[in-house]
Amino acid sequence: MSPIPPLPDAPRGARSSAGALTIEAVGLRKHYGEVHALAGLDLVAPAGQVTAVLGPNGAGKTTFVKAVATLLKPDAGSLTVAGIDAIARPDLVRRVIGLAGQNAAVEPALTGRENLVMVARLFGHGSSAARSAAQVVLDEIGLSDDADRPVKGYSGGMRRRLDLGASLVGAPKVLLLDEPTTGLDPRTRIELWESIRSLVRGGTDVLLTTQYLEEADQLADHVVIIDHGRVIATGTPTELKTRAGLDVVEVRVRHASDLPAIAEVLAPLGTEPPHLDAPGRRAAIPVQDGTKALTEAVRIIGERGIALDDIGLRRPTLDEVFLTLTGAPS
Amino acid sequence: MTAAIDDSAAKPPNATGTARTTSISASIQQPADPPGLWVTATTYAGRTIRQFVRTPQLLIVNAVTSTMFLLIFRFVFGGAIQTGEVEYVNFLIPALAAVSGLFAGGAVGVAQDLESGLFDRLRSLPIPRPAVLLGRSMADTALNSWGTLVTLIVGFIVGFRVNGGFLAALAAFGLCILFSASFTWLMIFLGLVSGSAQAAQGMSFSVFPLIFVSSAYVPVESMPGWLQPIAENQPVTAMVGAVRALVLGGDTEALLGHSTTWFVVRSLLWSALLLVVFASLSARRFARL
Repeated sequence: MSPIPPLPDAPRGARSSAGALTIEAVGLRKHYGEVHALAGLDLVAPAGQVTAVLGPNGAGKTTFVKAVATLLKPDAGSLTVAGIDAIARPDLVRRVIGLAGQNAAVEPALTGRENLVMVARLFGHGSSAARSAAQVVLDEIGLSDDADRPVKGYSGGMRRRLDLGASLVGAPKVLLLDEPTTGLDPRTRIELWESIRSLVRGGTDVLLTTQYLEEADQLADHVVIIDHGRVIATGTPTELKTRAGLDVVEVRVRHASDLPAIAEVLAPLGTEPPHLDAPGRRAAIPVQDGTKALTEAVRIIGERGIALDDIGLRRPTLDEVFLTLTGAPS
Repeated sequence: MTAAIDDSAAKPPNATGTARTTSISASIQQPADPPGLWVTATTYAGRTIRQFVRTPQLLIVNAVTSTMFLLIFRFVFGGAIQTGEVEYVNFLIPALAAVSGLFAGGAVGVAQDLESGLFDRLRSLPIPRPAVLLGRSMADTALNSWGTLVTLIVGFIVGFRVNGGFLAALAAFGLCILFSASFTWLMIFLGLVSGSAQAAQGMSFSVFPLIFVSSAYVPVESMPGWLQPIAENQPVTAMVGAVRALVLGGDTEALLGHSTTWFVVRSLLWSALLLVVFASLSARRFARL
């Protein structure tokens, strides 16, 4: 897939024709004192897809999810959730959304089942409907065997799964997951991804926020990168990675004076000019084919006899994706 | 600086399928109507009471604190406090029973639910939001009643006796519950504004002047002249006065300076005022957390 040229200043609403939208935010603003958590955010989440909102801490991800979940009211802009005007009718939005937060908001003193029944009742289920909804969800998230144990004996991953389950007992149309795996160890994170994947295999539309490029890659069909309360790039994970470079070749020279020479060697190998870090004596460049680029770099550097401390291949960090996509550090 | 990729035509290669069926949306009917005030309040109250009951430390700490204060005042300070014709134990116990709601520290539980993210989840649900706080007030009142009961039992052991008759004692107990219910709203408000359980713990101490600058532990007449009007005209003094008048019975006018009715009416007005002010402040705060 070839990179598609950016479309700056696309006319507002032009994308509405692209199909049904689960979430549409136009010019969304929210400030806390001097801090502009949302600075005119324009974002669309297509229906029938998992949309990931990716960004560093403080980018405005949580503020955006809170606005969609009707936990806060934006200062300006419009926001539509499942066709409902979220600012005028937050009460109707609450009937179609399910929220799982950064903190596993489950009660440790209650059993897993009791937690789910409580939330199901608060979605509006009668008591027997609440119990059967809880059972369906327990089966789905694989907690049936532990359902009648107090949550305080659960592992961190089990608590997150239960929290995820709690957002599902009302059969929501739109599922909002705010950093679902933050703070989990890698193995538990992969397990939770499995749960999320199997849960969203249905008609539920999902909006999830994450700090991890890999998580967006694993779960999302559509990625929106935001920073400082604004959208800086959107696309499929593949498109974004193609633009950001799949791998990064990083070189650390022994003598800072060799840095310009290294930049010259690396420049033709990458998708864009190398990033130089003079105090760290480092040069890094995003490349399409990591192995080939690394071999080539080693060969040319060897020919020129430049002394190195280190050379290697790694995945781009979120910072580098930002740098590549925006031309400025996050 | 904005860059966008038009992906409206592109199908992601890792799309999780198009015609998907889920057991969740197939097996769970979307509820027809959102829950009402009562269901919401009792559901949250039920969860909170279970939390108390399954966290015995909470109940024990509550009982130990009440008992400790009671014993210290009864046996350490009591001898030095002049309460005229009323025995100090009979002066003290009605007061402790009336203010148990201020000692229970309900603010901490509210702040915990705020910190844990539970309130965010609840606020995302189609519920009448103030009902959550009503449920909290109901549960905390139940917990406070436990404190009141402990105070009365320990009180009887150390010599407290009711002279006003069974009905008056029952009315006094009812008033204690009512006062603690109105104090729960003050605690809920403190918990909501504190932001963290630790801060809430600290803010709970801010009600101490209310407890001590009152007729709860010492007669107001024993305080300096400038302090007396403050101590006399605040809710704790009014509530303590009402409970005391009911349980002492006899000629309360001679013993306490006013008739029982005067005390009871005044305490009911204070209760209503606390309830209205802090319930509306809390509801506003909860909507804008």
